[in-house]
Amino acid sequence: MTAPLLRIEGLSKRFGGLAVTDAVSLEVRAGEIHALIGPNGAGKTTLINQVSGALAPDAGRILFAGRDITRLSMPRRVRAGLARTFQVTCILPGFSVLENVALAAQARDGSSFRFLRPSAGEDRLNRAALEALAAVGLAHRAAAPAGALAHGEKRQLELAIALATRPRLLLLDEPLAGAGPEETERLIALLGRLRADYGVLLVEHDMRAVFALADRISVLVYGRVIATGAPPEIRANPEVRAAYLGEDEA
Amino acid sequence: MRERAVPLLLFAALAAAPFLGFGEGYALTLLARAMILGMAAVGLALLVGGAGLVSLGHAATLGVGAYAVVALDANGIVEGALVLPVAIGAAALFALATGAVSLRTSGVHFIMITLAFGQMAFFTASSLAAYGGDDGYTLYARTELGGTRLLEDRLVFHYACLGLLALVFLFCRAALAARFGRVLRAARENPLRVRAVGFDPYPYRLLACVIAGAIGGLSGVLLANATEFVAPSYLSWQRSGELLFMVILGGLGSLHGAILGALAYVLLEEWLSHLTEHWRMVFGPLLVLSVLFFRGGLAGLLAPRRR
Amino acid sequence: MSAELLLVQALNGLQFGVLLFLVAAGLTLVFGVMDFINLAHGVQYMLGAYFGATLAAATGSFWLGLLLALPAALAAGLALELLVFRHLYGRDHLAQVLATFGVILFLNEGVKLAWGAAPLQMPVPPLLEGGVALMPGLQYPVYRLAILAAGLATALLLWVLVDRTRAGMLVRAGATHPDIVAALGVDIRRLFLLVFAFGAMLAGFAGAMAAPVLSVEPGMGDAPLILAFVVIVIGGIGSIRGAFVASLLVGLMDTLGRAALPDLLRLFLAPSPARQAGAAIASMLVYILMAAVLAVRPAGLFPARAG
Ligand SMILES: Nc1ncnc2c1ncn2[C@@H]1O[C@H](COP(=O)(O)OP(=O)(O)OP(=O)(O)O)[C@@H](O)[C@H]1O
Ligand SMILES: [Mg+2]
Repeated sequence: MTAPLLRIEGLSKRFGGLAVTDAVSLEVRAGEIHALIGPNGAGKTTLINQVSGALAPDAGRILFAGRDITRLSMPRRVRAGLARTFQVTCILPGFSVLENVALAAQARDGSSFRFLRPSAGEDRLNRAALEALAAVGLAHRAAAPAGALAHGEKRQLELAIALATRPRLLLLDEPLAGAGPEETERLIALLGRLRADYGVLLVEHDMRAVFALADRISVLVYGRVIATGAPPEIRANPEVRAAYLGEDEA
Repeated sequence: MRERAVPLLLFAALAAAPFLGFGEGYALTLLARAMILGMAAVGLALLVGGAGLVSLGHAATLGVGAYAVVALDANGIVEGALVLPVAIGAAALFALATGAVSLRTSGVHFIMITLAFGQMAFFTASSLAAYGGDDGYTLYARTELGGTRLLEDRLVFHYACLGLLALVFLFCRAALAARFGRVLRAARENPLRVRAVGFDPYPYRLLACVIAGAIGGLSGVLLANATEFVAPSYLSWQRSGELLFMVILGGLGSLHGAILGALAYVLLEEWLSHLTEHWRMVFGPLLVLSVLFFRGGLAGLLAPRRR
Repeated sequence: MSAELLLVQALNGLQFGVLLFLVAAGLTLVFGVMDFINLAHGVQYMLGAYFGATLAAATGSFWLGLLLALPAALAAGLALELLVFRHLYGRDHLAQVLATFGVILFLNEGVKLAWGAAPLQMPVPPLLEGGVALMPGLQYPVYRLAILAAGLATALLLWVLVDRTRAGMLVRAGATHPDIVAALGVDIRRLFLLVFAFGAMLAGFAGAMAAPVLSVEPGMGDAPLILAFVVIVIGGIGSIRGAFVASLLVGLMDTLGRAALPDLLRLFLAPSPARQAGAAIASMLVYILMAAVLAVRPAGLFPARAG
């Protein structure tokens, strides 16, 4: 058994008096979709923020492929192979869809301290960007200004940007939120395919998607992981049913 | 193709100007001044329009360049092959040091800090008694090129300024379109997005400051040569404000706008100051009105309607 | 430098510091509450001085002049807010910088037109003439002590207003959580106007008080404005407490530096270079202080805004 791709040990974060992340430990293996579920305000996004480097934890360690990255900046983590999407869409609205993704490809393609050649004409970057766009089914919108995309399309674009950084691990914060039924189907199929190449930590409220996709599920309530296990175990866990699923199924 | 047509026409007009009735000494001096300030404004436009960094201390880089000329002149060194690299290097170094601190902050902090650093340079220049302090310093001669006094000739000076302006403009435009500029522009729109794809905006922004500073240093050398006189007023914060105004007047969306803005500014200043001694009383409200109602700038007027 | 001289310079520094505070207080509140960068705040200081000097001459009484200068400065502030500034609240900082820069150009020149370019004098009132003996043989002007006392009293009053009244509570809340205050249905426009006019009056008060010890001339507000920016950056935007501490720090450092550095450097250098280098470094001191504070605490010593 190889070392896990991502390993979180005793991570803690307080906002004022509130423990939003409370001694969380968690692992994501390569080729695994690990879903993180929990009610609104449970601290899922805050956890993702700490893993991605947007927020510094108060205590605990984050290991990525065996390496301690707890003190690394966000750009360095991304370059190490850790990409994320945002719950609140984070794109470059004034750039074209293609250029949004090409920028990510550029980060993975040698130095960006280049001053003379127009970046828009760099075939290698554009090809990589188109490939990522095709993977999420957005290639036909490549020329559109990103700000003009529909909400669901913006979610797809976020995913394409993350893929274009050539990550080993994806941190996805509610990728399905706001997508229509058709888009949801397509995204679920896409996420299923991603499993082959990436480890995924998936935060999602859509339980149908979670149970269809996840290899393992962790349940976060008030900043604490109350259960981790395969989907059937989680479904059967009385504590989880009480704390979380109960509200859904009642 | 107006994107290319407007700057082409602009440079063609500047090249033809000496033969279109602007050959008189004074008009040519005025045009040279506009081109030199336009050069500094192009550098500033790279910062403001490209990187979204509003510097209110840009005149300091011109001042550093100009005072480098003074310092060398006072030691009898007037050879351009030495003066130019030293002056440009000094200005770039100044931009590096102040930029490194200023970039730790953003937004309104950045504006205030660049203003403060500019003022620091101003007071330093005023306290340089060896170079005339507040009264300024008159150069013995213009910078020489390979030992010749080529720049003394108005026409040669005009074309030297024009050539350098074109060079600066082309470089900045290329840099903005290239990878470097893409990171800068993206970081202006959404720094978090840029960080989340693996770029730390800081070194890119810092380099943008240094490039703009080096260009400012070059304009400082030329300005010192144009007037053969250097004074602390080169570095005053009003001058920084004027440069910023040129950039906005021309339009933030394009670099040639900065040149248009500088031309318009210098000509307007000239015209108004002939009309009345208190021309600033007209100029001030004009500035306010242009900010309130003239958002696209001059380049916006000339450009096709888009977006 | 002797201990007596040090004491005198320290008092001068404190006095300069409280004047700076009166300028910076309005500026930092306007920033904090409205996110509005107002370069024209310095002209409020200048107008205060002109109003004070003119009204004192017209009424023949310093006290009446000072008293009437307050509503005059307030009215000027209100007029500017209504005419120009309120159209800029929603705009970006760049637009605010340029438009308020235009206001400076206009008013600096307007003052020249109205009062002439020559400095005005405002006599020290008979009651505060002469000096007090701080130590045997060491006289210090009473009027300067009065400025210090009045400045400190105003600071105290301001603290009570901001910390203990409902309006003050709104202002504080506005500085830390502007969106929430707006969401609670507070009339933000009225709050803005109030804060704005009050800040203008404070700056005007500082100008009028300083008029007898400074020369009242066009552009006299520019230097205090930039130092007030330094103060705000050091103290933390929106923080009255930060502005107070930083004002005194900057006032002391600037005054003592200018007085003591040339002497200190004479320990290492010959008199003439020591004087020059001392003056140059002294003029940079506060900016170095600012850079140092920023390097350690980018948001200033007492950041007001949460998150
Ligand atoms: N910067 C912050 N400062 C203070 N409190 C915060 C901050 N960010 C988040 N919180 C609080 O931390 C808690 C967890 O927030 P978080 O966004 O991580 O929840 P979540 O599980 O992602 O919720 P959702 O399902 O709604 O996205 C919430 O109570 C939130 O109000
Ligand atoms: Mg969330």
